[in-house]
Amino acid sequence: MSNATISPSVHSSKAEYAKLRARRHAADARLRIYGIAAITSAIGLLGILLFTLILGGYSAFVQTHIRVDFPISAEYVDAADPAAGNYRAIVSSGVSTLLPSETPAQARLISQILTNNTQFFVRDAVVKDPSVIGGTLTMEIPAADIYDQLHKGNISRDTIEENRRVTDEQIVWFDTLDEMGRVSTPFNWGLFFNADSRFPEIAGLAGAITGSFYALLVCFLISFPIGIFAAIYLEEFAPRNHITDIIEVNINNLAAVPSIVFGLLGLAVFLQIFGLPRSAPLVGGMVLALMTLPTIIIVTRNALKAVPPSIREAGYGMGASPQQVIWHHVLPLALPGILTGTIIGLAQALGETAPLLLIGMNAFITSPPGGVLEASTALPTQIYIWADSPERGFVSRTSAGILVLMGFLLLMNAIAIVLRQRLERRW
Amino acid sequence: MDMLAGKVKKTNQPLDATMNPTDVLDRPIRLTARDVTVHYGAKQALFGISIDIPDRAVTSFIGPSGCGKSTFLRCFNRMNDTIEGASVGGTIKLDGDNIYDPDLDVVELRARIGMVFQKPNPFPKSIYDNVAYGPKIHGLARSRTDLDEIVVSSLRKAGLFEEVKDRLNEPGTGLSGGQQQRLCIARAIAVGPEVILMDEPCSALDPIATAIIEELIDELRENYTIVIVTHSMQQAARVSQKTAFFHLGKLIEEGVTEDIFTNPEHKQTQDYIMGRIG
Repeated sequence: MSNATISPSVHSSKAEYAKLRARRHAADARLRIYGIAAITSAIGLLGILLFTLILGGYSAFVQTHIRVDFPISAEYVDAADPAAGNYRAIVSSGVSTLLPSETPAQARLISQILTNNTQFFVRDAVVKDPSVIGGTLTMEIPAADIYDQLHKGNISRDTIEENRRVTDEQIVWFDTLDEMGRVSTPFNWGLFFNADSRFPEIAGLAGAITGSFYALLVCFLISFPIGIFAAIYLEEFAPRNHITDIIEVNINNLAAVPSIVFGLLGLAVFLQIFGLPRSAPLVGGMVLALMTLPTIIIVTRNALKAVPPSIREAGYGMGASPQQVIWHHVLPLALPGILTGTIIGLAQALGETAPLLLIGMNAFITSPPGGVLEASTALPTQIYIWADSPERGFVSRTSAGILVLMGFLLLMNAIAIVLRQRLERRW
Repeated sequence: MDMLAGKVKKTNQPLDATMNPTDVLDRPIRLTARDVTVHYGAKQALFGISIDIPDRAVTSFIGPSGCGKSTFLRCFNRMNDTIEGASVGGTIKLDGDNIYDPDLDVVELRARIGMVFQKPNPFPKSIYDNVAYGPKIHGLARSRTDLDEIVVSSLRKAGLFEEVKDRLNEPGTGLSGGQQQRLCIARAIAVGPEVILMDEPCSALDPIATAIIEELIDELRENYTIVIVTHSMQQAARVSQKTAFFHLGKLIEEGVTEDIFTNPEHKQTQDYIMGRIG
């Protein structure tokens, strides 16, 4: 054994040293195994989370539609003012051609096979193209939630009728339509392009996505410049003394403050003292900026610290002023780190719920906000609202909403990685 | 390789063909330091250093590690200002003007006194931009053509132009260590300084690159006042006309290089030169 020749002489025998070596190798192997076990369980937990979300949410990405021919008779719509027609009657007549009814009550039930807002869809189509007045308009209309869930199998046909939200009669109506080839399940674009609604079949995330976008925009515009300049001052100019120590400790503490506290602050200061509008993305963004600021300051300081001092020396040695050294040399080198940290900070802000709840961004709002001052929801609060709603359709939409949110987080992190690789100067 | 070999050979020849060793004493004085002290916080690093730096000659500071030679060098362009807690006392005059005058703009001072550091530290920019940076920030070039001219002539003076003329837009950090250091010298020259401070410029380089830099220093001496810190006594003997020996923050001995190395007055100097301390 060649190893024996290099065994330290303090060990009396080769055997003793071999034992020691075996113990050391076993300890190394154990450490590896602990690490692998930890990673595996972390990935496993993530996998379970993702799996349940996809399982619960995938059905919300398609939507049952029913093709209906609406007779747009001039009796109900005046071509001079198409917006004011009697569209409820048009919808009833359209549905009754498909499924004949015996009583008016039954007719009303049958027309509820389509989503409640059908008359508005028809109206919008007619207003857009008044030439159909007097003819027939064929449209794909989202089916009401119970039919959608029935079609997707979320409501089981085997359950006894009393325990089922769909009656046997309704099942027969739906199956009749299905046999007529009028039922389809296209991709649910409405999930992305509709705003919130009381009716799950037409509820979407457009309002929440827009609201989140505005809030993040405000958050970025406030926290990025303030964070960068604060970090530059602390890292490059501030003298090391008690005051800067206290500031540093407090910034680190601020990063660890529970987000609901920032929400309370927003409520007390931004809404009550400044009188800013409730539920507005502006206020949401301001609150999120408070939360993101410490993160940005900390990552920026670390990125600045990581710039080799030789670069600063070179700059100063050339007669560059501190300002020139920072703008020309230090910041460009620190930028990839700063941007990555900022995007990760913003991604955190995107998923933050508690502070937005406190400033009222969980309101029921059925149109996307037109600006930062209009009431709106945000992605996480929209998920919160849906999770709280009793309709069966919102269960899968909650999961779908979470998947969309995670998609955005993934996208932001991907951008962070790409930016870092693009901007990082290895030379 | 031929070229490199030639350069090595040339440096092995006696360096000072044009200048009588003792001439250095007759040179006009460019920089005067009087009773310079440096404190890092409570710790005193330099104890009342006084020395004259002759014009257009190479003055070398030697001494064991931690003796304060680099600290003293950095007093001449006020680089110690950038170190927190460092305070400098005494006076240093450049052509009779106190460089620690509160009214003096340190940016202008550093344009007149350039510096080359121990570790080659080109900016992570192209070779061209590295050299062009100083003239740009000091507003030395009126046009792009002016700038091109400065860059080329600086690279030529630093003996680097022939090697990099086809890749001026490539990153300066992609060059070899010796080339990077010559790029740093070109960068310093580009601002048109009168004095160049060199802080152990060859300590991170191999012997061939070192020989090239030493030869370059000898050429630059004709136009620039050079102060070099080195921990290589051979280097001090080869490139400098005047030598100052530092020990524990004090200037022990200064004089014509030849005298210091052949006939030191102080025992400490002798011990160091003989390799007994340091």
